[in-house]
Amino acid sequence: MTHLLQVHDLHKHFPSASRSITGRPTAWVRAVDGVSFDIHPGEALGLVGESGCGKSSLARTLVGLHTPTSGSIRFDGTELNGLSRAGWKPLRKRMQMIFQDPYASLDPRQTVASILAEPLAIHRIGRPRERRLRALQLLEAVGLNPAHLQRYPHEFSGGQCQRISIARALALEPELLICDEPVSALDVSIQAQIINLLRDLQERFDLAYLFIAHDLAVVRHLCSRVAVMYLGRIVETAARDELFGDPRHPYTRALLSAVPNPDPQVERGRQRILLAGEIPSPSSPPPGCPFHPRCPERSQVPDDRCVREPPILAARKPHPGTSARVCACHLPI
Amino acid sequence: MALLEVRDLSVQFQTAHGIVRAVDRVSFELEEGQTLALVGESGSGKSVTSLALMGLVPSPPGSVSAAAIRLDGRELTTLPEAELRRLRGNEISLIFQDPMTSLNPMLTIGRQLSEVLEVHRGMTRREARRASAQALGEVGLAEPERTLECHPHQLSGGMRQRVLIAMALLCDPKVLLADEPTTALDVTVQAQILELLRERQERCGTAILFVTHDLGVVASCADRVQVMYAGRLIESGPCEQILAQPSHPYTQGLLRSVPRLTGDPGQRLEGILGAPPDLAALPTGCAFHPRCDLADALCAEQVPELEVQGDAANARRAACFRLVRDQGDADPREAGGTP
Repeated sequence: MTHLLQVHDLHKHFPSASRSITGRPTAWVRAVDGVSFDIHPGEALGLVGESGCGKSSLARTLVGLHTPTSGSIRFDGTELNGLSRAGWKPLRKRMQMIFQDPYASLDPRQTVASILAEPLAIHRIGRPRERRLRALQLLEAVGLNPAHLQRYPHEFSGGQCQRISIARALALEPELLICDEPVSALDVSIQAQIINLLRDLQERFDLAYLFIAHDLAVVRHLCSRVAVMYLGRIVETAARDELFGDPRHPYTRALLSAVPNPDPQVERGRQRILLAGEIPSPSSPPPGCPFHPRCPERSQVPDDRCVREPPILAARKPHPGTSARVCACHLPI
Repeated sequence: MALLEVRDLSVQFQTAHGIVRAVDRVSFELEEGQTLALVGESGSGKSVTSLALMGLVPSPPGSVSAAAIRLDGRELTTLPEAELRRLRGNEISLIFQDPMTSLNPMLTIGRQLSEVLEVHRGMTRREARRASAQALGEVGLAEPERTLECHPHQLSGGMRQRVLIAMALLCDPKVLLADEPTTALDVTVQAQILELLRERQERCGTAILFVTHDLGVVASCADRVQVMYAGRLIESGPCEQILAQPSHPYTQGLLRSVPRLTGDPGQRLEGILGAPPDLAALPTGCAFHPRCDLADALCAEQVPELEVQGDAANARRAACFRLVRDQGDADPREAGGTP
């Protein structure tokens, strides 16, 4: 199968605010630190991780909002790292982004009609009348009604604003949607509506998603494959049922066990893996495996290998009949 | 006798859009050593309830009224402000939601903690400092002495939340109001904080009012649950029963909306249609009726009261006309409540 998006050894490092006497930054924050993954056409890949693990920086680097420090991003065969502005333009149409905060990502001084027509205007698609018609279709597709066209973002609730953001992202008929925590600012009842909407749209328009979230249960409902990120690196990637049914990396296991379940019997009956401490700072990541200071299974690896040597993301034996899975850990798991 | 008894608590705000009833005649009791979860979506009045109990609703624009708020038998509604101040942070204390904004950025952690002890316990600075360091150690901060010297911005979100918890627990309060104490945190840190609160409760018998929107957190820590919608309590009862067999249509919808780590991931989430109402323009009758599948003419006219469900011994209550009428039937909705 061909890949829609292929990311290889991507790095994005940010200079720290403090400078040395020569004006050079004294440290670099390694927000994205050697990430590789790929997305097939029409596939929904989930990317989970805790705050500060670099998932938003990764998303922004993929769509060109940050320039990569090094590495390769290929979209349908075209290398995006180092691409000119003119080179980007036709590709932008094909990959769009939805942001976390629906209020902050819509211009408060534009009407919905103008918000939805703007991408079409920028790419010189259709005449104003046709753009308006398209805006109407988009509103209908995300479950809003024509009367909303003349309103401003502040007149909508958070859930409705997120629907408008989704409609705007769909305006150019993209093949890939990068969604950065699109439901985490919403209430549960509204969140369920948006999850359902994203699922319907994927089917209807054959969309591929990179769906970024910290909520594992949300990802489980939307994605067929899941990547887990920790401190700028992907530690495990597997098909959904494999990842949730049989997590291999100690961090994935801890993360899954920390999610509270609303079923009181399940919740009280189970064993939690309590991790000590918090995510270390990405400006001074620990040597070796980035997870080793918190890893409950580190003692099982001989010779302090976890401290000395970073594990590489390597293929693991998948269950029969399922796709390949990869995991970065020195344990033979 | 309950440790905290609240009867008919209402909070109103005067706004540009008219009077907003954020909390509407809420009554409940909290026993020693018990955790009561107050659940609801944004704007349901759960945070305002905890602020009102602490006497922290700004007036104007807010006004609080209650038939009774009794803490350990003492009536708080008629207590003068000076007396109330002696109780706050001492016998009843609050952990705020946002660890980023509820500490003073200008003062060291040590200063902010020892102030509490100096005011309430009349300790000297030195004593207060020693006690503060101990409190920080108890909430699992690795280097309490060094943390005392830090300003809030030098700490991570999880560490700040631990500081806030340590501060709230400094005077061994009988009642702890925890307003979304883990919402801003990552799941692995959330698990640590929940464990911390559990330990503390077991050791000291603290009564906890846990305000949250996360039903998973409720399942992991609550003894009893109360669900709020548009300022009113609409269902209450023992945690296991409410989460396993919710009776109010809103609670059922809420539970169906939650994506889970178990069950069929291919199944559609059956959410609730529409959005929570604007508190300044509440619908007539039951506030939930425009979103409710079961609503009929009566629901649009009259406001249902919180009534005991089934036999009185199980202490379950719900505010829904349809339940009262349908009682005794084999209720198909109950079976549908837990997907």
